Amino acid sequence: MTIPQQTTAEGAEPLLKVSGLVKHFPITKGVLRRQVGAVKAVDGLDFEVMPGETLGVVGESGCGKSTMGRLITRLLEPTGGKIEFEGRDITHLGTSAMRPRRRDVQMIFQDPYSSLNPRHTVGTIVSAPFRLQKVETEHGTKKAVQDLLELVGLSPEHYNRYPHEFSGGQRQRIGIARALALKPKLVVADEPVSALDVSIQAQVVNLLDDLQSELGLTYVIIAHDLSVIRHVSDRIAVMYLGKIVEIADRESLYGKPMHPYTTALMSAVPVPDPKRRTQRKRILLTGDVPSPISPPSGCRFHTRCWKATEVCRTVEPPLIALTPAAGHRVACHHPENAPDQAPGETSATAATGGKSVESA
Amino acid sequence: MTAPLHDTAAAETALTDVAGPVKAIEGRSPGRIAWDRLKRDKVALAGGAIVLLLILAAIFAPVLTSLFGHPPDQFHPDQINPDLGVPKGAFGGMSWNYLLGVDPTFGRDVFSRVLYGARISLIVAFLSAAVSVSIGVLLGVAAGYFGGWIDAAISRVMDLLLAFPQLLFTIALVSVMPDSLLGLTGTGVRMAILIIVIGFFGWPYIGRIVRGQALSLREREFVEASKSLGAGSVHILLRELLPNLVAPVLVYTTLIIPTNILNEAALSFLGAGVKPPTPSWGQMLSDAVNIYQADPTYMVVPGLAIFITVLAFNLFGDGLRDALDPKGS
Ligand SMILES: Nc1ncnc2c1ncn2[C@@H]1O[C@H](COP(=O)(O)OP(=O)(O)O)[C@@H](O)[C@H]1O
Ligand code: SF4
Ligand SMILES: [Mg+2]
Repeated sequence: MTIPQQTTAEGAEPLLKVSGLVKHFPITKGVLRRQVGAVKAVDGLDFEVMPGETLGVVGESGCGKSTMGRLITRLLEPTGGKIEFEGRDITHLGTSAMRPRRRDVQMIFQDPYSSLNPRHTVGTIVSAPFRLQKVETEHGTKKAVQDLLELVGLSPEHYNRYPHEFSGGQRQRIGIARALALKPKLVVADEPVSALDVSIQAQVVNLLDDLQSELGLTYVIIAHDLSVIRHVSDRIAVMYLGKIVEIADRESLYGKPMHPYTTALMSAVPVPDPKRRTQRKRILLTGDVPSPISPPSGCRFHTRCWKATEVCRTVEPPLIALTPAAGHRVACHHPENAPDQAPGETSATAATGGKSVESA
Repeated sequence: MTAPLHDTAAAETALTDVAGPVKAIEGRSPGRIAWDRLKRDKVALAGGAIVLLLILAAIFAPVLTSLFGHPPDQFHPDQINPDLGVPKGAFGGMSWNYLLGVDPTFGRDVFSRVLYGARISLIVAFLSAAVSVSIGVLLGVAAGYFGGWIDAAISRVMDLLLAFPQLLFTIALVSVMPDSLLGLTGTGVRMAILIIVIGFFGWPYIGRIVRGQALSLREREFVEASKSLGAGSVHILLRELLPNLVAPVLVYTTLIIPTNILNEAALSFLGAGVKPPTPSWGQMLSDAVNIYQADPTYMVVPGLAIFITVLAFNLFGDGLRDALDPKGS
């Protein structure tokens, strides 16, 4: 987006700071609910979100992105780590202590068919934030709701209608109006357009973009591929199996992607410019994401990585800055566009899961 | 990409609007849509009309019997063949004076007794359904929404009750119950017992449905949206889940009522229902069994009353289910 670089400059207080964030869903068995294992959905995340910026979070489905979103909006209780919002620790706040803070952090959901109660009118849905947070508005709630509907590009007359009377894109606009009602500081959008027709996706993304500049919002936008968040993110975090494998600002990530997983995700995005297309390698990621119940040892990506060596199997690469580029961190032993971290290893043992193909 | 918002929204409406004309400002509520569908279902409407007529007939039984019949407990020995103990006329003594004939031995007006029997049947069926729905919704929604050990406990109880020999239990219970209880006497006590027992053994049917619905509803994102706004469990249960449960509960209530009618008839047939001389359909059937060869009409009339009532409720309930089912055409 068009945020001046200064706003994200060093020294500014982060709006959200996440350190070592972990969420394990216990797997229980039998009547006594004995724990026999855990889904390690989120397994140690560190990142910050600066006021006014947009952090894109990308990764295949099942990588723990939604869990991450639900943790920072505190819809889930973290298993470990710390979440700080505006410098305050909100990691383990209870329902009532969290309630007043909920005004500042709101969520836009993935499925507009499931995120609106089919038995409530649009008016009821969009006015719920005012009722639940007991917020009085100057000209009454109805007026406030109608203003919100206009803000997101719907007619105020839709007040008395029911969700089933709207298309997917319109429903998502209703969800956006609800999320913005209390003028939150941080908005977490979990795949906000992935359930919509491609023709409508851009409209909704543009709406989010316009609303950000209009209302001074900070976004965490989750997506399962890079195409959607490419234009709106200031920084992008790439997630794989509960971990961030690469995080960088947009130019740096697109210009010099370092993690093989990032390059694989990028090659899946159609390139509009035919000249660039011919120069690019197409990397096909084969196989599914391994189970987060028992993630692979060492680098979690090694079962699908075409550069994997012995060290990848045994030693987990730390998420660190490898180049002077500010804030570009990657977790890989053999990164692209950066010095090899474990030279001398042979790739003879490379996994067969992923393969790279020269495009025709 | 930089077009004004209103244009993009309008274009989108034009592209994907499947909700019909956008002019109407008042939305068509899901209930309204179901009603429009139900209005087109002639069979269900016929069922509903019969149900309505039955309810009216039961309410106005005193008026109807005074106009077209005789008091239900009045003996008419003149209508009985003293040698055989059966009604004098053909077809159980049907005539303009005795529309559905008279009962054997006493000569009481069957028309009046069927109407008064409808009162017992419907009161017991509706109130026991109310008992089932209250318990079933409360426990079913708790089991489905909270899950964990609450769900485990409630589900086990439901399994247990569904396997329980309800009929035997009720007969045993009735035989040990005193004749007056909590200020109720005679018919009142028996009806209260019937309502409580039938209602209590019926709640797991509702509970199971509601539990399943709550289980799937709690995963819907609107519940999370509500939580992310600071809503507590009570708000979510009452304002978010309950409105979505009204339709299935309504359907299963209309389907549990005929079951209750049959249960009441069976219990009365077995002598665990209301006590004579208070008329009830099951009891009339039970009397008729002893004399069906000489007076088959006396068996056919209450049998038909039960059959028509149960059928009407079921037809209406099925239609209601189709009308409320979002996947229905
Ligand atoms: N409530 C839950 N209980 C158990 N496992 C869960 C739960 N929510 C998510 N998971 C698991 O955690 C993993 C990450 O899920 P999710 O965060 O939804 O991924 P993403 O949004 O990236 O697709 C998946 O394996 C999923 O099955
Ligand atoms: S090269 Fe090794 S460390 Fe890097 S992504 Fe592949 S498997 Fe992981
Ligand atoms: Mg997700």
